[in-house]
Amino acid sequence: MIQVIAFYFFATIVVAAAVMTIMAKNPVHSVLWLIMAFFNAAGLMVLVGAEFIAMLLVIVYVGAVAVLFLFVVMMLDIDFAAMRAGFSRNAPLGLLIAAILLAELLLAAGAYGAGGIQLGTPDGSAMQATDSSNIEALGALLYGRYIVLFEIAGIILLVAMIGAIVLTFQPPKPGARARQDVGKQIRRRPEDATVMKNPEIGQGVEL
Amino acid sequence: MTAFFQSLGLSYEWAWTVATLTGIIVISLLVMFSVAMVIYVDRKVLGAIMMRRGPNVVGPFGLLQSFADGLKVFLQETIIPSAANKGIFLLAPIITFTVALAAWAVIPFSAGVVLADINVGLLYILAISSMGVYGVVMSGWASNSKYPFFSAMRASAQMISYEVSIGFVLVCVVLFAGTFNLSGIVNEQRGFGLGLINAYVVHPLLFPMWVVFFISSLAETARAPFDLTEAESELVAGYQTEYSSMSFALFWLGEYANILLMCSLNTLLFWGGWLPPLDIPVLYMVPGIIWFLLKTFMFFFMFSWIWATVPRYRYDQLMRLGWKVFLPMSLVFVAVTSGYLMATGHFDRSIAPTAPATSTEIVQTTPAQPVAVRGQS
Repeated sequence: MIQVIAFYFFATIVVAAAVMTIMAKNPVHSVLWLIMAFFNAAGLMVLVGAEFIAMLLVIVYVGAVAVLFLFVVMMLDIDFAAMRAGFSRNAPLGLLIAAILLAELLLAAGAYGAGGIQLGTPDGSAMQATDSSNIEALGALLYGRYIVLFEIAGIILLVAMIGAIVLTFQPPKPGARARQDVGKQIRRRPEDATVMKNPEIGQGVEL
Repeated sequence: MTAFFQSLGLSYEWAWTVATLTGIIVISLLVMFSVAMVIYVDRKVLGAIMMRRGPNVVGPFGLLQSFADGLKVFLQETIIPSAANKGIFLLAPIITFTVALAAWAVIPFSAGVVLADINVGLLYILAISSMGVYGVVMSGWASNSKYPFFSAMRASAQMISYEVSIGFVLVCVVLFAGTFNLSGIVNEQRGFGLGLINAYVVHPLLFPMWVVFFISSLAETARAPFDLTEAESELVAGYQTEYSSMSFALFWLGEYANILLMCSLNTLLFWGGWLPPLDIPVLYMVPGIIWFLLKTFMFFFMFSWIWATVPRYRYDQLMRLGWKVFLPMSLVFVAVTSGYLMATGHFDRSIAPTAPATSTEIVQTTPAQPVAVRGQS
């Protein structure tokens, strides 16, 4: 009973938030609705017993990706009139994408109706005992059977990260003043920077 | 508690619902009460270090000062700037406050005294605390004002930077404990140091990680010396500038609840949680919650001590510390820790089926396992 109530609660909010994401006039509101959808999708994941995936969804997407996304949108100066003007030009592309997504949905529903596929190996060696926790089961699969694919994915991500750093790195210009030596800053004492003067009355100070 | 409500004639599901709701209300009220008292402690400690008296007028020793302040802000008018984005402006403090309370669901106050003893407890804390940044960002944007927006930008960069190193520190702890469950992590610490000391922090590989974690938790909660988000000499009051009355108070309460949460995480992950400091039978006569509170408030005292002692970091220094010092350091420690544990055969012990170290003491309160629900209803 509680599971059913919770499922419809989360599912309704996900769908409603997704609709609001595309209906909202303000792009910042759109991003916030999207975050709402992410968060409630994590709730659905918890309901099907995939708590590890749910937590990762919140940590990675809600906690990091969406924050940066939100920031980009907040600082963009979006002209709504210009965006609306391009509607008729972009409509065919949008319709195409919508048609593809609809086809995929129908395909998925059809495949589900025909019976789900069995994941893991045919002899069941990759299947985990049901009493082990989510994290242990995933870890055993990722670091056992799929270790090569997992490492390849990791290396691709590492290369992408290094690529982004190389592309945006600007070597310091020669003679640039803004280079900071933290050790030098910390070693500096008040005596090096300040002088205590004790002038006579009416004499003033010469620097 | 579920069993108690079941004995009143409720079915398992409804008994669980009632028990959980009761737990939520009790924990929220206790957390709010401790936040009120902790604000008083903070002001008293700061006053003592600055050689003045601190609050001493309302109630005996000024004990009721926080409640008087709460009543005061409750009676004030909520002012919404005309250029603000109204909905988000009002939503932001609610998010900060809710998120700060939600994280307490998985904190074990004593053996078995926990609302939701879930397997991914530590990840849940990470997930919830990463939500905290939205309150700041939304308030900064919705205020439609320069200073709050600067503050929101600072806050998001700061929190994301330090979450990275916190994550790696937690990986080290999880490697030692072999579980993400907070109760399990505490139970693994029993007799950890030479069979006598109930704390992870005594291990030479974990002590530097605790230092990193403690400093990162200062940065994560935007406490001095990392309070750049509300640096009063630069940004008026940061993202809280445009807020008044209860909406302001919600930020304040959420902030202190987060600080208490970070203190209790320090306690649970590195200092043995509800276990007494030494593994001596006579010390177990003191209830676990007393040890937990003592340790937590010791950390809170350190937080206020640091606030009164250390000057504020510059923003570039903050970023440098996070990315150039803590991140490489914690990365190296993750590698060294896992290498050390492999070399000493730590994992052989924890994988062996005969050592389910923790599961005996854990009270299942979540309906996450549908099997259990069906079995009992």
